Amino acid sequence: MSVKKQERRDFIGMAFGAVAAVGGAFALVGMKKSWDPLPSVKAAGFTTVDLSPMQAGEFRQVEWRKKPIFIIKKNADMKPNPARDVVIGEDKYMVAIGLCTHLGCIPSWSPSDMMFKCACHGGEFDASGVNTFGPPPRPLDIPPFKIDGTKLVLGEEGPEYKKLAGIA
Amino acid sequence: MAHITKATSVKDWFDQRIALTKLWNVLAGQYWIPKNINFLWAMGVILTVLFTVLFVTGLLLVMYYKPDANLAFDSVNYTIMQEVEYGWLWRHMHAVAASVIFLIIYIHAFVGIYYGSYKKGREMIWISGMLLFLVFSAEAFSGYMLPWGQMSYWAAQVITQLFGGVPVIGDALVEWIRGDYAVSDPTLTRFFMLHVCLLPIVLIMIIVIHFYTLRVPHVNNLEGEEIDFELEAEKYLSGDTKNSKVIPFWPGFLSKDFMYVSFFMIFFTYLVGFHFGFAMDPINFDPANAAKTPTHIYPEWYFLWQYEILRGFFFDIGPMKAADLGALAMAFAGISLFFMPLYDRSDVVAPAHKRKGFFVWFWLLIIDLIILTVYGKLPPTGFNAWIGFFSSVAYLALLLVVLPVITIMERKGNK
Repeated sequence: MSVKKQERRDFIGMAFGAVAAVGGAFALVGMKKSWDPLPSVKAAGFTTVDLSPMQAGEFRQVEWRKKPIFIIKKNADMKPNPARDVVIGEDKYMVAIGLCTHLGCIPSWSPSDMMFKCACHGGEFDASGVNTFGPPPRPLDIPPFKIDGTKLVLGEEGPEYKKLAGIA
Repeated sequence: MAHITKATSVKDWFDQRIALTKLWNVLAGQYWIPKNINFLWAMGVILTVLFTVLFVTGLLLVMYYKPDANLAFDSVNYTIMQEVEYGWLWRHMHAVAASVIFLIIYIHAFVGIYYGSYKKGREMIWISGMLLFLVFSAEAFSGYMLPWGQMSYWAAQVITQLFGGVPVIGDALVEWIRGDYAVSDPTLTRFFMLHVCLLPIVLIMIIVIHFYTLRVPHVNNLEGEEIDFELEAEKYLSGDTKNSKVIPFWPGFLSKDFMYVSFFMIFFTYLVGFHFGFAMDPINFDPANAAKTPTHIYPEWYFLWQYEILRGFFFDIGPMKAADLGALAMAFAGISLFFMPLYDRSDVVAPAHKRKGFFVWFWLLIIDLIILTVYGKLPPTGFNAWIGFFSSVAYLALLLVVLPVITIMERKGNK
């Protein structure tokens, strides 16, 4: 085969390579997006909880985005934590996603010593959701919320949330 | 096109068109196997049989299984176990084979380590084998999820959460893998796809590659002896079968393998018939509950050593968080054996009992793995946590420090 013909083959090869690369890149974007959460899943991402019936010292668990949310209305025995407490009027609440920050198990609330204990790997959190023992690398995460009177709207970033998260 | 003549027999008809005899000779009739190997070399064929059992029983199960978070649990525990004729048998065979295949994989791999079958020309056999181990782990995990019981659910929760340890994109990555904010229906359906379609195809492809990698350097033998396979094959083909050091795969070696396969299948049938419970976790007979974690979660026995390495690092070291250390150590443990040909700095190919330092190292590794496996099942509190820590460190040290040192000493001693 002449040199000239070889050059033509090289050009055809490179042209094919370019088309395949562009097509492949678009295909990968499409495949990535098929694995994303569906719109119906995203739309179900808001939960409203009325906090007014809660008693001081009470622990409550609600569900938001299929995750457990821990809520405690703090009583006098529980140390306030200005960096994490959700304040509504006079009352301070602990609000956190109830998944251990280690590997995502649900710790259980032990009212006698006012601690969350995770059975899987022995992690412990105090009544403010701060990790005190074991492998969990950080305190329990605070879900995005908005305060609407005595109601807590989970899934929306209100000014109080932004202040706690340090993004105001 | 080949010159086709009138066939003299059915075999000849096929030979002229698809060279059947030639293919048979390449695959079995003239594929040479050393004479001095023992039953430990039969594990490969046993694994092939077990994979076939998993494939066939899997086909039967998938006909009635429903990949839907609301239906999956009942389709397994009611439809397949109670209604489908012999459904209980396929399920127990599938579960027992999935568990036992790891036992045989471990024996297969450690025979390779003991006899040095991972080095000097056989590296590709080892690497493709480790690749198979990795994909089999993914296959086992994705299958474990499908009955959608409590243990399935929380295993999925914990394993997918591990990807949260990836810097910056961790949380988004976890959501992307799950297809939801928590493990739920989309997670189940995509793991179903992986378990019954993508991963089996990948497995079959790597199995073929693994077989092919044997073709050039050939199987190792009990002495680590370097055999001139071409010379020995010539001897065999010229009729001097007695003095030849090799026999053809078929009928020579495979007939012996079939005997071991028979022994194994009797043991397997006994397990399926009388001890299927060991492959079934009692907690997995509770339907998945996203609102409650079982008090003690642990993986199947064959992942316990890796699981113990994950939780072995339970305190922060310097700037490193305990959780990241554990995840890193486990990720490394998962791929650590890939690099056996690199850790072993000596080019001696001989069984471990002929390499003093290596022999001690080999059994220390086995003991450490057994300790990790045992403690992986026990609660990680108090004294247990420290045993977990030291045996995890020991595992890393044995591979990364001790093995290179003793094999470099061995190489220098030989000169």
